[in-house]
Amino acid sequence: MTSRLAKSLAVTVGSALLAGSAAAQSTTRLTGAGATFPQPIYQKWMLEYHAAHPDIEINYQGIGSGGGIRQFTDHTVDFGASDGPMTDAQIQAVNGDVYHIPTVLGSVVPTYNIPGVTAQLRFTGEVLAGIFLGQITKWNDSRITALNPGVSLPDQDIVVAHRSDGSGTTYIWTDYLSKVSPDWSQRVGKGTSVNWPVGLGGQGNPGVANIVKQTPGSLGYVELIYAIQNHIGYGLVRNKAGNWIEASLQTTTNAATGAVASLDANTDFRVSITDADGPQAYPIASFTWLLLPKQMPDSAKARALLDFVWWAVHDGERFTTDLAYAPLPQRVVQLEEQRLKSITVNGSPVLPRNYRGR
Amino acid sequence: MMHGRLARRLTGSVMTGLTYGAAALAILPLAVILGMLIVKGAGSIDLNFFIKSAAAPGEAGGGFSHAIVGTLIIVSLACVVGVPVGVATGIFLAEFGGGQFGFVVRFIADVLNGVPSIVIGIFAWTWLVRPMGHFSALAGGCALAIILVPILARTTEEMVRLVPNSLREAALALGYPRWRTSLVVVVRTAAAGIVTGCLVAIARVAGETAPLLFTALGNQFFSTRLKGAMAALPLQIYVYALGPYDEWHRQAWAGALVLIVLVLALSLVARSVVRAKRQHA
Amino acid sequence: MTDIPAAVLEPEAAPQLTAEERWRALKTVSPGDVVYRSVLTVLALILPLLLVLIAAELVANALPAASKFGLAFLTHSTWDPVSGEFGALPLIFGTLYSSVVALVIAVPLALACAIFLTEFAPRWLRTPVGTLIELLAAVPSVIYGLWGIFVLIPLLRDHLWRVGRHLLGWLPFFSGPFYGPSVLAAGVILSIMILPYIAAVSREVLLAVPPAQREAGLALGGTRWETVWRVILPYGRAGIIGAVILGLGRALGETMAVTMVIGNRHEVALSLLQPGYTIAAAIANEFSEAVSDMHLSALFLVGAVLFLITVVVNALARLLVWRVARGSAVGSTAV
Repeated sequence: MTSRLAKSLAVTVGSALLAGSAAAQSTTRLTGAGATFPQPIYQKWMLEYHAAHPDIEINYQGIGSGGGIRQFTDHTVDFGASDGPMTDAQIQAVNGDVYHIPTVLGSVVPTYNIPGVTAQLRFTGEVLAGIFLGQITKWNDSRITALNPGVSLPDQDIVVAHRSDGSGTTYIWTDYLSKVSPDWSQRVGKGTSVNWPVGLGGQGNPGVANIVKQTPGSLGYVELIYAIQNHIGYGLVRNKAGNWIEASLQTTTNAATGAVASLDANTDFRVSITDADGPQAYPIASFTWLLLPKQMPDSAKARALLDFVWWAVHDGERFTTDLAYAPLPQRVVQLEEQRLKSITVNGSPVLPRNYRGR
Repeated sequence: MMHGRLARRLTGSVMTGLTYGAAALAILPLAVILGMLIVKGAGSIDLNFFIKSAAAPGEAGGGFSHAIVGTLIIVSLACVVGVPVGVATGIFLAEFGGGQFGFVVRFIADVLNGVPSIVIGIFAWTWLVRPMGHFSALAGGCALAIILVPILARTTEEMVRLVPNSLREAALALGYPRWRTSLVVVVRTAAAGIVTGCLVAIARVAGETAPLLFTALGNQFFSTRLKGAMAALPLQIYVYALGPYDEWHRQAWAGALVLIVLVLALSLVARSVVRAKRQHA
Repeated sequence: MTDIPAAVLEPEAAPQLTAEERWRALKTVSPGDVVYRSVLTVLALILPLLLVLIAAELVANALPAASKFGLAFLTHSTWDPVSGEFGALPLIFGTLYSSVVALVIAVPLALACAIFLTEFAPRWLRTPVGTLIELLAAVPSVIYGLWGIFVLIPLLRDHLWRVGRHLLGWLPFFSGPFYGPSVLAAGVILSIMILPYIAAVSREVLLAVPPAQREAGLALGGTRWETVWRVILPYGRAGIIGAVILGLGRALGETMAVTMVIGNRHEVALSLLQPGYTIAAAIANEFSEAVSDMHLSALFLVGAVLFLITVVVNALARLLVWRVARGSAVGSTAV
């Protein structure tokens, strides 16, 4: 009986393998890896695109921004993705053969769990830096109560929650803190992984969200979509113009609009938009980028990839708001078109000069 | 402390009770975990789960078929590569491992058992992914095989060693050459134990995430191509558990339940095979 | 059974050999033996090859960090990817501390389970319970981590500690506030994860103890428990130590489950209630995102340190087995 079972198992597996390889003949396959933050929207785009063009399969996996940069540098993937731009040294390592293509915008919010407090708290950059530096240790510290006059805050320790794994979210958060607090900039600095003065480390956005949910008196930072999906409260942050801004898709795009106005046509898009100008700009926001090689080896794959990226930044933007990603401002998309058209295979551009999309 | 038969009997009873308690305590986490998985995951298991691959984020109706098939393929690859090498090494250690070389190999197996799986994944990336220029299920299978071999070597060795020498001597006395004694008599006697060791090891690698992260990478599409990136259950569970959507979380729990059931099924099938063999012989 | 030489089955019908020829026939090694041993040896060479390659890769990539930091890498506690300063003391401490906690919990428990399964359990209970215990090894570490976050940590923090605080709070091992993610939580999860390995192998070892030993113990007037404790366990102690080493190896290298419950804090603290960090968890957390070459190199260096720790621990254990195994027969040649 068991040998019959084994035989039928073998037949099933064998035919599955055969079927798989039969279907594999005429598909163009691309692989990309990098930031986890945009993984949902990238995968959504790729599945939508695949539904419309079944002969193109683009596989994207979020292994981290640093991982994306590394795999891109080692040419084990067709394209990379990162929440933080490549440094000059890293661009040097690929001999400058990279374009940074912004795709969507994201924002990071301060989220907290204080028993008995349901109001939406207000924070400034300096106060957040003070908390994360371990200088402000209690919720009823005068620096916090001064910002929140109507709220009665308890005499409770603040338990800080941060990311234990390296992440683009941390990069955005620490980039902002470095801009608004010289103390933070000097003692800790910005990066995907930093030497946190205080706090517990959680893995991934859900890790931090969980610490916050389960630890009374805690304060952490997560991407907006996690706060929305997990129904945890997050605070308002004062922006450069002095207004109390709640993170939303609109205020995130506003942050980009301000920064983008000053971009010239030859920009490489490696722009930080934290602490942006603009009355309604949310201060803790950022681009996320696709990393594309300037010169690609295979023209069929290059064409497929560029068709997809063009589609994504034009038509794909309509899918962003449902998944709580802020779409790109128009000006950025226009500038990107130039970049995409200048990508070459064997010296000649892949996309025709008057390309309008597929 | 041999004073008083009553005291000794009492000690005995107390200790017996404690061992009952220990067994219950050991099983308790398993029961709680299974309960948690069933409560959180069973509701999300429907036909779609098994026949559809990933849906777009936030949408319902997707499934884990790509991950389930992916795990089956990658783990099978790992077994094909790792089980022969591991079991052979174990037999070597038990039969010929008395000298210096045996000592060294045994020591190395113990050390490799302590290497974190992520280091194995990085190693496999350097030697299999980077030279090939792309991620692949093959690399994933090999990474898992590297984890399998030292575990299997040690468990197989322990099981083969437990075969009493009298059995070996009897076979040799009857004129069997040494290789035949080892293969036909000793190994066959230890087969049940070897299989148990294999199962424990395979169950472990089937649930490993870190080594697959840099080798098989994962894939949102259904794929059986060994030379391309492939999805796997633990990878998919990990990604979905760390994602923002409730739909993803529910599917992650369901995936975890399926993974454990798969491993349990493997275990039961193999045990029945071993029992059947015993009745045969 | 068809291979029994005819000379054995029917000695009278066999051709008559001289004493010389008979002796020579007994001494020659059959070609099957040579092939068998060679094949096994070649396959067994794969493990040392793997070790050399893995160690080489770790060392080669760790050199930049090693030359920059030297021994200070092992004694400093600052881990700062931004400024490029890396000290691994908290990682080393956390790895060893959490593994020790795991062993302290798991070894008695696993041994008790093995004894239960071989001695005291009623026959019909042995296979189901044994299977269930082995199933603990089948639970993926990600699931253990999730369970740790959702069940174990709240249990420890909100229920057990309420009571435990009064009994144990005075000990330095249990001082300070308890937020949940901690070395204790990691140790408990690790102990559950390594228990099946120790229990499964110990059970086989105990099963292999000759019944004569057990009977002798009972015949001398010992209770069942005394026989187990004084006769059977000592008889199998070398094999049991081997089982414990297997479990320890798993504990030292476990990644996912630990990182989800240990709090991931680069800090050395005596209290089990404080968060900590292990080498494997740090590598898993930071490798993907490590952007600077020095950060990567530091991670490889700390991986090489873990390698070294594993080697030293195993060497010590081997020594222990050698001293202890003299006299016991089960698994005793495993030195």
